[in-house]
Amino acid sequence: MIGAPPSSPPAARVRNLTKTYGAGQALVRALDDVSLDIGAGEFTAVMGPSGSGKSTLMHCCAALDRADSGEVLIGEQDITRLKDKALTRLRRDEIGFVFQSYNLVPTLTAEENIKLPMAIAGRRPDAEWYDDVIATVGLGDRLGHKPNELSGGQQQRVAVARALASRPRIVFADEPTGNLDSRSGAEVLELLRRSVDDYDQTIVMVTHDPVAAAYTDRVVFLADGRVVDELRDPTREQVLDVMNRMAEQAPEQIPTT
Amino acid sequence: MIRAALKSLLGRKLRLLMSTFAIVLGVAFVAGTLIFSDTLNRSFTALFASTVGDVVVRPEGGTTADGAPSTVTIPASRLERLRAVDGAARVDGNVNAFGVFVVSDRGKVVSGFGPPAIGGNWSDAPAGHGLQGLSIVEGHAPQGREEVVLDERTAERAGYRVGDPVAIIPSTAIEGEPGTDLASLRLTPTLVGIAGFPGGGSLNGATYAAFDTPTAQDLFVDGEDAYTDVWVTAEDGVSQEQLRDRVAEVLPDGLEAVTGDDAADESASDLLQAISFLTTFLLIFAGISLVVGAFLIVNTFSILVAQRSRELALLRALGASKRQVTWSVQLEAFVLGVVGATVGLGLGVLLAMGIRALFANFGLDLSGQPLIFAPRTFVASYAVGVVVTMAAAWLPARRTGRIAPVQALRDDVALPESTLHRRMWVGAALVVVGLGVLWLGLFGDLPHGGWQTGGGILAILLGVAAASPVISRPFLALARAAFARIFGTVGNLAGQNSLRNPRRTAATASALMIGLALACTMAIVGDSAKASVDRSVEDNFVGDFVVSNVIGTGFTPAIGDRMQRVDGVDRIVRERFATAERDGDRQMVAAVDPGDVDRLELDLTDGDPMTAGSVLLQQSWADDHDLGVGADLELQMPAGKRTYVVAGTFDDNPVVVAPVLMSLDDFGEGGFPATDNVLILFTDDSAGIQQRLDEVVADLPIVTVKDQAEFAQEQREPIDQFVLMIFALLGLALVIAVLGIVNTLALSVIERTREVGLLRAIGLNRSQLRRMITLESVVIAVLGALLGVLLGIGFGIALMSAVRDQGLEVISVPYGQLAVFLLLSVVIGVLAAVFPARRAARLDVLRAIATE
Repeated sequence: MIGAPPSSPPAARVRNLTKTYGAGQALVRALDDVSLDIGAGEFTAVMGPSGSGKSTLMHCCAALDRADSGEVLIGEQDITRLKDKALTRLRRDEIGFVFQSYNLVPTLTAEENIKLPMAIAGRRPDAEWYDDVIATVGLGDRLGHKPNELSGGQQQRVAVARALASRPRIVFADEPTGNLDSRSGAEVLELLRRSVDDYDQTIVMVTHDPVAAAYTDRVVFLADGRVVDELRDPTREQVLDVMNRMAEQAPEQIPTT
Repeated sequence: MIRAALKSLLGRKLRLLMSTFAIVLGVAFVAGTLIFSDTLNRSFTALFASTVGDVVVRPEGGTTADGAPSTVTIPASRLERLRAVDGAARVDGNVNAFGVFVVSDRGKVVSGFGPPAIGGNWSDAPAGHGLQGLSIVEGHAPQGREEVVLDERTAERAGYRVGDPVAIIPSTAIEGEPGTDLASLRLTPTLVGIAGFPGGGSLNGATYAAFDTPTAQDLFVDGEDAYTDVWVTAEDGVSQEQLRDRVAEVLPDGLEAVTGDDAADESASDLLQAISFLTTFLLIFAGISLVVGAFLIVNTFSILVAQRSRELALLRALGASKRQVTWSVQLEAFVLGVVGATVGLGLGVLLAMGIRALFANFGLDLSGQPLIFAPRTFVASYAVGVVVTMAAAWLPARRTGRIAPVQALRDDVALPESTLHRRMWVGAALVVVGLGVLWLGLFGDLPHGGWQTGGGILAILLGVAAASPVISRPFLALARAAFARIFGTVGNLAGQNSLRNPRRTAATASALMIGLALACTMAIVGDSAKASVDRSVEDNFVGDFVVSNVIGTGFTPAIGDRMQRVDGVDRIVRERFATAERDGDRQMVAAVDPGDVDRLELDLTDGDPMTAGSVLLQQSWADDHDLGVGADLELQMPAGKRTYVVAGTFDDNPVVVAPVLMSLDDFGEGGFPATDNVLILFTDDSAGIQQRLDEVVADLPIVTVKDQAEFAQEQREPIDQFVLMIFALLGLALVIAVLGIVNTLALSVIERTREVGLLRAIGLNRSQLRRMITLESVVIAVLGALLGVLLGIGFGIALMSAVRDQGLEVISVPYGQLAVFLLLSVVIGVLAAVFPARRAARLDVLRAIATE
C-alpha cells in the first residue's frame, strides 16, 4: 500500500476500485482493484499508456463516472453512495475541473466564467482569495473578453482559475496541456504548481507528458487498470525511465489481457 | 453522395419528424379541402341530376336569385299544350316552395337554417336521362290534406315513423285572418310515406315535405290550379336539347325551357358558389400553415447544416463539388417533402371526413356520398409538400456551398452567414413593399382587393421575420438583463444563449409571430364587429321588440297577424327582403309598407318618401352606383324586368338590411313570395307583454321575440362563432410554432452537449439546467408573441379602417384578450421547453463533456 505523508489526512482515498466495460470476450478491465491515497496539498500526476485506466480513475474520483465496486472518499464522504443531487453539490463545492479542451462557456466573459461555479451555487467569491487567484492567473486586462478572443493558453488559465476560485478540496486536471504549445503549457503548469506551493491546493493531473509530470510532487503509474509504480519528486528523466521500463514489459502482458 | 445524404436523413429521425409536421399539416389542409370540395361537387351534381326532368319549363328568371321558387306560376292549362309536343313522353307539373319547416318530435326545427326547407307536391315523374328521382321507399304517396311524405333523412332526424302526426310550419300559409285558430299556423298531417333515392344519395341536409298536388297548390300557390315548374320527359331517342327546342316553340313570353343538365348544373353551381368561401378559407389556412412551416424548415436545416459543417467540409476535402454538397442537402429536403406530403395526404382524408361530419352537424348531410379522390388532389399535395420543403431548405443548402474544404481540419467550424445588415435591409424593403400593397388592397379601388391585402400582410410578416434578428436584439438584451436580475446566473446564461444566435432565436419566434399576428387581427376584427353591431343596434333599434330568426329566413305572415292581436301591441312593421338581379349581379332588396317608413326613423338625406312604384336608396350605395333622386333603377325581378323611380335616399341604417327599399306591393308584384323576414313591434310596454308575444310563437320554433338587448346578442353570436372557428384553425398554426420552438431548443441542446456537460460538471444541478432551457424557450415565445401582437394590432386597425364605410364604424382593440395572448406565450414557452430540458438534464455528464 502506498501511503501519503502522515502529516495530514489524505484529500481523497480510493479503495479497491474496479470498473469494467463490455462483456465476454470484449471485456475490458479499466480499473482492477485500485487503491490509492491522494495527499492533501500535494500535486499528483497519474500516468500510464493509453487504455491504462488513468482517465477512468480520475472520472470516478471526480464524481463524473461510477465504478462497479470499491469506494472513493473525498474527505470523509464516500461518493460512490451519493445520489445525483448530492453528487452535483459535491462537484460544485468540493471539486474543481480543468479539461483538455478548456470547456469555457462561450457566451460568458473570462471573469464570468471564473465566477460561474460560485454563481451557480449562489455564493459570493471570497474577495481576497479571488483577487489572489486573478493575480496568479495573470490575465490582467483580458478578464472582460469572451473565450473566442483569448489564446488557447489564456483560455486554459481561465479554466484553471475557475477551478481554483471556489477553493475546492481537490482539483482534477485532465491533460490540461494536451492542446497547448510548450510555452503556453509551461505557463499553465507553473500556475498549477504555484497554487499548490502557495495555497496548499490539492491537484490530481492526468497526463502522458513526462515534462508535465516533472512539475508534480508524485507520479502514480497505471497499467492495465492497476497501480504499477510510483515516483516522488520526479524529474523528467526518472519519469522517462519508468515509462521505458513499462513499455518493455508491455509485450509480455498482451496475452493475459 | 446520394447515399451520404440519405444516411444523414435516417440518422435524425426525430428532428425530421418534427420539422415535417408543419408540411404534414399544410398538405393535410390542401388535400382535405380538395377532397371535400370534390366530394361536395359530385354530391351536388348527383343530387341535382336526379331532381330535374329532361326538360324543365319555368318562368323566366323562374327562381329568385337565391334559388327559391317565385310566386310566378304556370297555369295547368299550359300542360296540355306541352303534352302535344312531338317527342314528349310525359309532362308533370311541380309545385315547390321554400321555408316549409318540419318540426321534430322534440319541438325543434329540423335542418336548422342552412339548406332549404322545401315543400311541394308529390310526383313520380322520372328525372332526366331516365334516372330514378326521389321515390317512395316505405308507405305510399300522400292523398288529401291530411297526408304527407317526408324524405328519409328528415324523417329520421325528426324522429317520425310512418303513421305519426308530423308538425309542419309552412312559410306561405294563407290562413291568418282574425279569428283563425292559432293551431292552423302548423299543419299536422299524418306521415304516410318515406321518400328516398333508391340508388343512394341524400338531399344534402335539405328537408322535403310533399303533399298531393291539390293540397300543395292550396298551400303554396294560393289555391290556383297552377305549377311553379313543369318537367317534360323525353321519349326514347329524343335528346334533351331536341326536346328543349321543340318545347320552346310552343311557350309564350315569360316562360323558358332548359335542359335538365343545364338546370342541374345551374343549381349545383349556385350552391357550390355559396359555400366556396369555405374552401377559400381552408386553403388560406393551408397557406398559413405552410408559411409557418417553411420557417421551421429553414431553421431546422440551418441548424442541421451548421452541425454538419465539418462533415460537409470533409466531403469537400474528399473531392465533392460545391454543387454536390448543396444538392445533397436539397435531396434531403426532397425526401422530407415527399414523406410529409404522403402523411399529409392521409391526414387530409381524415380532415375531409371531419369537415363532412362538421357539415352534417350544420345540416349539410353528405354521408351518402363516398369521398372523391381526384388526381389533382395528389398532384397538388405532392407539389405543395415538395416545393415548399425544397424552397425552404434552399437558403441553408446554398450556404453549405461556401464551406471551404480546409475547414474539415479545424476544430470549430463556423458556417459562413450573410451579414445581419443585409437581412435588415431585405426585411425593411419587404415591409415597405408589403405596406404599399396592403394599402392598395385596403383603400385602392381594385376588383380583387383581397389578394393585395393578403399579399401585403404576408410581405410584411416575412419582412419583419427577416429583419427580426436585428430588431429583436434590444428585446433580447433586455430579457437577458431582466433574467440575470431575477434568476441570477441561470437567468444570465439563458439570456446569453438566446443572444448567441439571434438568427435562430428570431426565426423560431417568427413562426409564433405569424400565428399570433393573425389571431390578434381576428380578435380585433371580431371585437370591432361586435362593438359595431352593438353601436348600430343601439343607434337604430326602433320599436320595442323584433321577431325574426338569426339568418333572416322568411316565415308566414300569419305570425304577424297573430301578434297584431296581442294585447298591448300598437303596430307591427313587416319587413321583407330577397335577392333580385341588377346588371347580372345579385342585388339584395328590402320592402316595407310605405306607410311604415316613418316608423323606421330613417334619415332622408334627399328626395321624398317612398310610394308605390318608387324606391328609396341607401345614400352610400346610391353614391357608389351614381343614382340620384329621379333616376331609374332597373332590376331583374323573378316576374321579369322592372323599372323603379328613385324617390329619395336615406342614411345607412342596419334596420333596413338592403340598400334598396321598395313597397311591399311592388315586392310581391315582382314575384317574391309573401313571407315576412323581420317584424318590428311597437307596444305600450305593458307588463308581461313579452310573455304574451312569446306565447304566440311558442310552438313556432322558427322565430323568436327579442328586445333590444336580446337582438344585439343574437347579432353578435355569429361573429363569436366565426372568430372562434378561426381561432381553432389558428391554434394549429400555434401548434406548429410550438413544435418549432421544441425543435430549435432540442437541436440547440444537442449542439451544446459539451457545454451542458461542463455546466453540470461544475455544479449546475438538473433543475437549474431545466430552468435555464425553459427561460430560453420563454424568451423565444415572448419575443414571437410580442412581435405578433404588435403586428396584429396594426393589421387589425388597418383592416377595420378600410371597412369603416361599410357599417363597421367602431374600431375596438380587446386589450384584455391581447394580454391573454402574451401570457399564453409564456405558457407556450414553458411547455415547449419540457422535452428539450428533460433531454438535456438526462445527458450523461461524462459523455457530454467528451462529445466533440
